[in-house]
Amino acid sequence: MNFLRKTLDKYKPLFEKGAKYEKFAPAFNGIDTLMFVPNHTTHKGAHIRDAVDLKRIMITVVLALVPTMLFGVWNIGYQNMGEGHTFMELFGYGAIRFFPMLAVSYGVGLGLEFLFAILRGHEVNEGYLVTGMLIPLIMPIDLPLWMLAVAVVFAVVIGKEAFGGTGMNILNPALVARAFAFFAYAPNMSGDKVWVADSAIDGVSGETVLGTLAANNPINSSVFDMFMGYIPGSVGETSVLMILIGLALLLFTGVANWRIVLSSVMGAAVMGLIFNALALNSLMTFPWWQHLLVGGFAFGMVFMATDPVSASQTNKGKWIYGFLIGFLAIMIRVFNGAYPEGVMMAILLMNVFAPTIDHYVIAANIKRRKKRLEKIKIA
Amino acid sequence: MSKDIRIKKGLDIKLKGKATENVVTVPSSGIFSIRPTDFHGVVPKLTVKVGDKVMAGDTLFYSKQNEAIKFSSPVSGEVLEITRGEKRKVLSIEIQASKDQSSKDFGKTLPTKTTREEVLEKLLSSGCWAFINQRPYDTLANPSDTPKAIFVSSFDTNPLAIDYGYALKERKEDFQTGIDVLNKLTKTVHLSLDANTSSFFDSIDNVELHKVTGIHPAGNVGIQISEIDPINQGEKVWTVNPQDVVTIGALFNTGNYNATRTVALVGSGVLSPSYIKVTSGQSIGSIVSGKLTDVENRIIEGSVLNGRVLLNDSYIGQQTNTISVIPEGREHRFMGWMPFVANGNHSASRTSFSWLFSKKEYEPNTNMNGEERAMVVTGDMEKVMPLDIYPMQLLKAILAGDIEKMENLGIYEVAPEDFSLIDYTSSSKVEAQDIIRQGLDIMIKEVG
Repeated sequence: MNFLRKTLDKYKPLFEKGAKYEKFAPAFNGIDTLMFVPNHTTHKGAHIRDAVDLKRIMITVVLALVPTMLFGVWNIGYQNMGEGHTFMELFGYGAIRFFPMLAVSYGVGLGLEFLFAILRGHEVNEGYLVTGMLIPLIMPIDLPLWMLAVAVVFAVVIGKEAFGGTGMNILNPALVARAFAFFAYAPNMSGDKVWVADSAIDGVSGETVLGTLAANNPINSSVFDMFMGYIPGSVGETSVLMILIGLALLLFTGVANWRIVLSSVMGAAVMGLIFNALALNSLMTFPWWQHLLVGGFAFGMVFMATDPVSASQTNKGKWIYGFLIGFLAIMIRVFNGAYPEGVMMAILLMNVFAPTIDHYVIAANIKRRKKRLEKIKIA
Repeated sequence: MSKDIRIKKGLDIKLKGKATENVVTVPSSGIFSIRPTDFHGVVPKLTVKVGDKVMAGDTLFYSKQNEAIKFSSPVSGEVLEITRGEKRKVLSIEIQASKDQSSKDFGKTLPTKTTREEVLEKLLSSGCWAFINQRPYDTLANPSDTPKAIFVSSFDTNPLAIDYGYALKERKEDFQTGIDVLNKLTKTVHLSLDANTSSFFDSIDNVELHKVTGIHPAGNVGIQISEIDPINQGEKVWTVNPQDVVTIGALFNTGNYNATRTVALVGSGVLSPSYIKVTSGQSIGSIVSGKLTDVENRIIEGSVLNGRVLLNDSYIGQQTNTISVIPEGREHRFMGWMPFVANGNHSASRTSFSWLFSKKEYEPNTNMNGEERAMVVTGDMEKVMPLDIYPMQLLKAILAGDIEKMENLGIYEVAPEDFSLIDYTSSSKVEAQDIIRQGLDIMIKEVG
């Protein structure tokens, strides 16, 4: 490591103030601080600081996504080739399909992040480490790479940098990418031919569970398959088991807020039970608890609704925010005629309302303070 | 009447280098120094010039904003130098101490037998007024105000902080007199006690006692005020540190301004941490010489969470109680951001296993452990903020300069030290204390 440190230190002066490549300092620092925690000491405020930083938080989320990603890669192969193949064959097939998507997502996204950091003269933020991994996991595997690249550009530029960068965005950037692709390239984002790799060419039926239900057809996946994730769908969304492993890490580390996860499940359960009572079509009769296992519900609640930047910031707000996401996700899923899934829309919608929820939660605190003042004025 | 207070939100940080219970004496430093910049917002007007002879208690300068507020010399001797900075701003006044110390006599008086005006006059003329702080705004108190209450916290829960019960155990009489003095200035004096230990503070009269349990910042007077009698818009309360109550008491008992104090010299940079008898304005070199480890250390006046840096050739201030010494942290750490790897570095976040070992005594250095970023993680500030306040929203309102929002969100109830744990735990490395100070200064300027 000494060699690496020495090399970095050797080139550092080139990027210092007044030096030749001063403008590119954010890019150099981005790489430097990824390799080494900087030698900066405190200069105001508390003299000692907690060992945690934003990099550690973001990397924890990336780690939590790894089980889901690995399973997703295997499942790409399994959905295309079916039984009778070795694990490595299936995984290898999936890897060839998936890792180019991941490379495009990180390459385009991080490239833009560095560019904006240089243009604005601020440090590179770590937010995209997570976003870059989320984007390919919520896309159908057959999405052409150039569409993915355009969606990433839209998400980073319009979804994030237009608002001021990481921490300032209103919507979850990964979902912005998905929503953009969904509306711009609808044929590649929905239907029964996109969820299994090459299904259009091979003529394999690749309908999702929700798609089958929406068409009033009987589903042929067992509950076990749905839980384990042996079903078609976006790359990362299918395995509830793997998502739960990720959730366990996020809750253990406290990185994801348990209030959002719990309340969103409660919201979905309430909506699901209402539909079960009405039971007007296949989507409504689908047992409420099975709604939690299929589609993007589990992935969305664990990895996207919990994004602290776009969620409600107050603890009370988080309860309301999570509950409504779960509630709306199932409602949109059942009522949306064109596309039988509502998780993306529900989260984006609540992203927009999160500041409003916080406003009312904080208003209660302000009111308490004002009441105290009035009491004293009377006395 | 005694109310019990329990603080659940916060964080105790256990560090290596707690002071053992013995008091060490150190030789006097020859030169003493007073820094007007220690008193936030005070513009000094000098009353002495180089070569003047002064006694302990003689006025060195007064506040331009309020000429009644005077600041005194801690020792007798000769004014050696007056250091000025930009725009001739007075940075410090150095005094060469004389061999035989003499103090100005302000006269012995029983506070119970004096009027409020006489008490005020004595505090102001002796320079002891500088020990009385005001909230809101965390500044010096204004003698023309009558505060709704005065708060004294008898214990400090900051990491490695001084134990007042031990340091002041022989000064109970002076402390009681000091409390009687404060009673002349307001209706109620609140004294809060650490419910888990007993000390002479338990038997102090003429105060409303409050037993406090819980984790840091349980000892901070800010959280105690909010639990006992929160500050509303337009109200003022005063706070005085226990050691300063003793100095005020001694002024009335002996007639002299006695600037000697007992401080705790603590931290992993100190070879054998202990209590030390010092005089305000004494050079730090004379206090720590031969007592520190052989690495690059940072000397901090106050706690590691909210003290200020003392350079090696500088002098301690008038309100010092703890001197913390910890190593500087100028090392790069390879991939030090990996979760669950460097568990020897304390973290309140569960992305490191160190939270499982909260009893271990940690040895942190001054490394930032990361770089400043936009505020991303939510809910973490609330975990260490026992005040009924939304800390992140208040910080953002200050950064935006939105005065109405700051008022609404409770700027009058906070002081920078109340945000020191947020400085510490923030994963975005937010300089919360600095932002709060800015916010308070905006309020002083715009609202007053």
